[in-house]
Amino acid sequence: MRAANIWHLGIKELRSLVRDRGMLVLILYAFTFAIYSAATAMPETLHNAAIAIVDEDGSPLSQRIVDAFQPPYFRPPDLIAADRMDTRLDTGRDTFALDIPPDFQRDVMAGRVPAMQLNVDATQVRQAFTGAGYIQNIVNDEVTDFVRRRQNEPVLPVGLVLRARFNPQLSEKWFGAVMELINNITMLSIVLTGAALIREREHGTVEHLLVMPVTPLEIMLSKVWSMALVVLAATAVSLFVVIRGLLAVPVHGSTLLFLSAVALHLFATTSMGIFLGTVARSMPQFGLLLILLLLPLDILSGGMTPRESMPTAVADIMLAAPTTHFVALAQAVLYRGAGLATVWPQLAAILAIGSVLFAASLLRFRRTIATMA
Amino acid sequence: MRDGAGGVVPVARLSGVGLSYRHRPALIDIDLSLPSDRMIGLIGPDGVGKSSLLSLVAGARAVQSGQVEVLGGDMADARHRQRSCPRIAYMPQGLGRNLYPTLSVFENIDFFGRLFGQDAAERRARIAHLTASTGLADFIDRPAAKLSGGMKQKLGLCCALIHDPDLLVLDEPTTGVDPLSRRQFWDLIDRIRAERPGMSVVVATAYMEEAGRFDWLVAMDAGRILACNTPAGLLERTGCDDLETAFIALLPEERRREHHAVQIAPLSAGTQPIAIEARGLTMRFGDFMAVDHVSFSIGRGEIFGFIGSNGCGKTTTMKMLTGLLPPSEGQAWLFGRPVDAGDMATRRRVGYMSQAFSLYTELTVRQNLVLHARLFGIPAADRAARVAAMLDRFDLAQVVNALPTALPLGHRQRLSLAVAMIHQPEILILDEPTSGVDPVARDAFWRILADLSRHDGVTIFISTHFMNEAERCDRIALMHAGRVLATDPPAELARKRAADTLEDAFIGYLQEAAAPAASAEPAEAVTAAVPSAASVAGTAGVRRVFDLRRTLSYARREALELRRDPIRLTLALVGSVILMLVIGYGINMDVENLSFAVLDHDQSPLSHDYTDSIAGSRYFTEKAPITDYADLDRRMRNGQLSLAIEIPPNFARDIARGRAVNIGAWIDGAMPSRAETIRGYVQGMHQHWLARQAREAGRGAEAAGRVNIETRYRYNPDIESLTAMVPGVIPLLLMLIPAMLAALSVVREKELGSITNFYVTPTTRLEFLLGKQLPYVVLAMINFALLMGLAVTLFAVPFKGSLAAITLAALIYVICATALGLLISTFMRSQIAAIFGTAVLTLLPAVSFSGMINPVASLEGAGRVIGQLYPTTHFITISRGTFSKALGFADLYGSFWPMIVSVPILLGLTAMLLHKQER
Repeated sequence: MRAANIWHLGIKELRSLVRDRGMLVLILYAFTFAIYSAATAMPETLHNAAIAIVDEDGSPLSQRIVDAFQPPYFRPPDLIAADRMDTRLDTGRDTFALDIPPDFQRDVMAGRVPAMQLNVDATQVRQAFTGAGYIQNIVNDEVTDFVRRRQNEPVLPVGLVLRARFNPQLSEKWFGAVMELINNITMLSIVLTGAALIREREHGTVEHLLVMPVTPLEIMLSKVWSMALVVLAATAVSLFVVIRGLLAVPVHGSTLLFLSAVALHLFATTSMGIFLGTVARSMPQFGLLLILLLLPLDILSGGMTPRESMPTAVADIMLAAPTTHFVALAQAVLYRGAGLATVWPQLAAILAIGSVLFAASLLRFRRTIATMA
Repeated sequence: MRDGAGGVVPVARLSGVGLSYRHRPALIDIDLSLPSDRMIGLIGPDGVGKSSLLSLVAGARAVQSGQVEVLGGDMADARHRQRSCPRIAYMPQGLGRNLYPTLSVFENIDFFGRLFGQDAAERRARIAHLTASTGLADFIDRPAAKLSGGMKQKLGLCCALIHDPDLLVLDEPTTGVDPLSRRQFWDLIDRIRAERPGMSVVVATAYMEEAGRFDWLVAMDAGRILACNTPAGLLERTGCDDLETAFIALLPEERRREHHAVQIAPLSAGTQPIAIEARGLTMRFGDFMAVDHVSFSIGRGEIFGFIGSNGCGKTTTMKMLTGLLPPSEGQAWLFGRPVDAGDMATRRRVGYMSQAFSLYTELTVRQNLVLHARLFGIPAADRAARVAAMLDRFDLAQVVNALPTALPLGHRQRLSLAVAMIHQPEILILDEPTSGVDPVARDAFWRILADLSRHDGVTIFISTHFMNEAERCDRIALMHAGRVLATDPPAELARKRAADTLEDAFIGYLQEAAAPAASAEPAEAVTAAVPSAASVAGTAGVRRVFDLRRTLSYARREALELRRDPIRLTLALVGSVILMLVIGYGINMDVENLSFAVLDHDQSPLSHDYTDSIAGSRYFTEKAPITDYADLDRRMRNGQLSLAIEIPPNFARDIARGRAVNIGAWIDGAMPSRAETIRGYVQGMHQHWLARQAREAGRGAEAAGRVNIETRYRYNPDIESLTAMVPGVIPLLLMLIPAMLAALSVVREKELGSITNFYVTPTTRLEFLLGKQLPYVVLAMINFALLMGLAVTLFAVPFKGSLAAITLAALIYVICATALGLLISTFMRSQIAAIFGTAVLTLLPAVSFSGMINPVASLEGAGRVIGQLYPTTHFITISRGTFSKALGFADLYGSFWPMIVSVPILLGLTAMLLHKQER
């Protein structure tokens, strides 16, 4: 193995990439626009929820309740007749329908505890539970406040002070931006290395390399370092310019620690890219395989759904994927400001998985390289 | 007609025709009249515009400027093209480029027969006849990909002749085909013409020696016509003995000046040491014998030629010599040392130039040379000098900063050779280095080779198709079907077979080799055997707006191809199932088993009671108590705790005294949607605890609150994520994969070249599109059934509504999805772009704007408009309506209409944007 060969072949990869306009556009898009739009397009959990109210009371209290539903959490409520409620829920026009019964205010003031019906379209699972909670709170607050003003009641003695740590406003923007960055790091590193290998194969230049005094290990290492460097640089730019600058997301932890972890993660994913490049015989096949690989990695690595909410078997299998550990690490460092003392187990796991992937890819690359030419 | 050699009416007439590809001119102001009922040859090297001219004549490419008249009409007029295309047959350049490699011989011809509206009996008769007369009858079930080059071209001819054309356009039909097959091919054409004297044939060829057979020649160079005449006329005009020298004589003065005849000094006498030796070299791929016990030895400084057809094993033999392929059997030596793939020292002594141009097109000429110099370990001190020497010797100094793609083929070949020579190897292995290069550049290349061999003593092992190049070699080996038939100096070979030319000698050897197996060349008539030929031509000429048979023909072929492509088929059949499993198990909005711990400063029975009330819920799991703030901070940072509760000192005492106390709760906000849910749970439990405390203290009224909100979670009472997710995921998957496959099906044809068949056959756009769409609609419905099965069995999502309604909706929806894929395919050029383009263009609106995660009613602005138009929105409504809400047609008809209306709009747009000609 000669370091000079690895260096020069890597430089060659970088030069090739500079001339590949499509790839450059993809990199630029993935690390700027995609992150920006993922951050801003992701609505808050309860945002503009559609609610309809059947007001059968028509009292000052019921009017107060209707007025209490305000954007951004709720759309201004539609006041509808009772018989329209079911149809509107059926066709998905409303997610919530609140029925205020006749004589509601009178019963409340008389302490008769009137029943109020809240219908929730539970197929909208993302809004259903949180929304119902909000509605109950809003109604209770309005009623209590109304009653208290008229009767001067004492307050409840025990309060609950809720604070969200690391993201006090529970802004989806912070979450969306960083998760998109993580996903795009994985996606691009696989695409770049896999495509670099397949491009050589389609142009017949692999054959060319093989008749020169260059070993497969040198070829593979040159692609790994050059493409990893590109993704690492793009990540740094994206983190500082787009996420911290443009989106003003506060990054808590050490960016140096995060970027080191990215470098380690790239070692694993670029190896994966090489492996995929040896399996696929053409760009189109590579593209199809990529879809079947990337979606599970994105969805099952704990970024989209917390790992404890997955079936145990799935969660256990996903421990073999480097992305699982990388997502845990990235969340700890970037959201919670964790340091090396906290995330070293993840770093160790990524290194171990990366080494296995690298070895497997090299083995397969050596075996198939002769048939590539 | 001035010459008197052609028919009365020209079959094609071009006036003032120009054509350019992205500002690079391919044809410049061509005026040409092609006589009818003749065999017309277009001669000239690659890249001079022959193919462009033929594709214009065949109607495959749109006319840019000037006028092209074929068969008495203007080819720029779509109606004339539609009318005359059944009378024209076009075979594009490249071995089997318009064939479908995974389809068998029969299926290929059958497909074309169907396109021309022939019925089953007629097709059978014609196919039997055509295959019998071309000698393909024995291989009728063999896939086109597994045919030899000569057989592929014969199959292409069968496909072209199935509809008895009046004009046959053949673009380099014999390039890369062995001499015997070549001769058979031309004999076949001669017989066909004898049968159908009215048929005109226009052929392009780069082999000057073939051109002698044609009635009429058009010599082309650099997008212009050099001369038109009979072969004899051309020779007479230039005063040359053969057409190749005649062609060079016709070139403009400045091109000709570069040309000098190749003179190769005789090989110096005396025995030279052996440079390359092969003994019993054998290569098997599976049960296919690519190279069969090949032996030879080549002396130092010798030019050794390898002659044979494409696929006869030349390239494989060369790869074994370079160590690229380890032989299955046998052994090779370079300078007496066995070839070993791992031996870096041998690689430094060999220069290899592969068949296709295989340098880095993204690097400039200099960068390519420098990179290779570095990889060969040339010391830095010598590097610059060596690169300069190569630039000088191979005459590349002027183009040193150009990219290879911008260079003419001749320059590129010289660059390849320069790269192969950068490390001063003693052996050069050159695999068809002059394919497609013009005669002047080819001779220049050979002068360099002669110099290297005779002055520098470099051993040259070269393969070629050109007989005049073979004659320049010191010795040649004739190769056929993996075996070397003979090895001798060229003159000796011709003498041994008593042949006039080397080509005749080669054919003699080939015939001898093939004799035992060969079914004698059939003497049957080729056409006119099917009585209905004329009537078929007649009916095919009638324009039809829509012909179901052609649609079905495309659909059938698409299905056959898909069945033989494992990766696409896998994706089509189980791709959506795999993704459904991933999403079903992976995206879960139920929040359970959240870890929490308590920092209890009070440690009273009451504070323990508060803790127990949370620990008792199925949502939370209690962890070891928090010892202090540092512990709280550490455990929240590494994600061990999702919730931390802090109970203040004197909690119980203060409550007893009626003093206000606050309990602190910290939620891990790293994942906002989960944090929202936790917040909801904690608030609920806190209220619940307060109520219980109040009740125990006898303050019942206050505990129960002033209003009783009865929350009914409709359709999904347990608010289970799966029940809600699955009916939304099915529409997503039925959009993504069918759209992608439909887009690929069209873009694949564009990329591989078989789209030409759509350009030059009577198929209309709508027939083509619907034919492409049909198999994917069927596949998508199979997927729909699989996904429904998975939903109700494995995921146990209850299905409450009308199965008929959702099935009908799914059918309309997948028609929309595939139509959308076809629409996307009209502006995608490569398959990889089609894959990613379709993914982005279908996923974003389907996931974000169609109500899968957030209801469309909650969206704003453009997202909401897209959501209301996009078919996924409506299918999600129907899917959720039937799955969870127990609805049927009567409740959901409002969601059917938008989808039904989308189908003709999408297909109409696609038909409008799809080109019927190459541009």
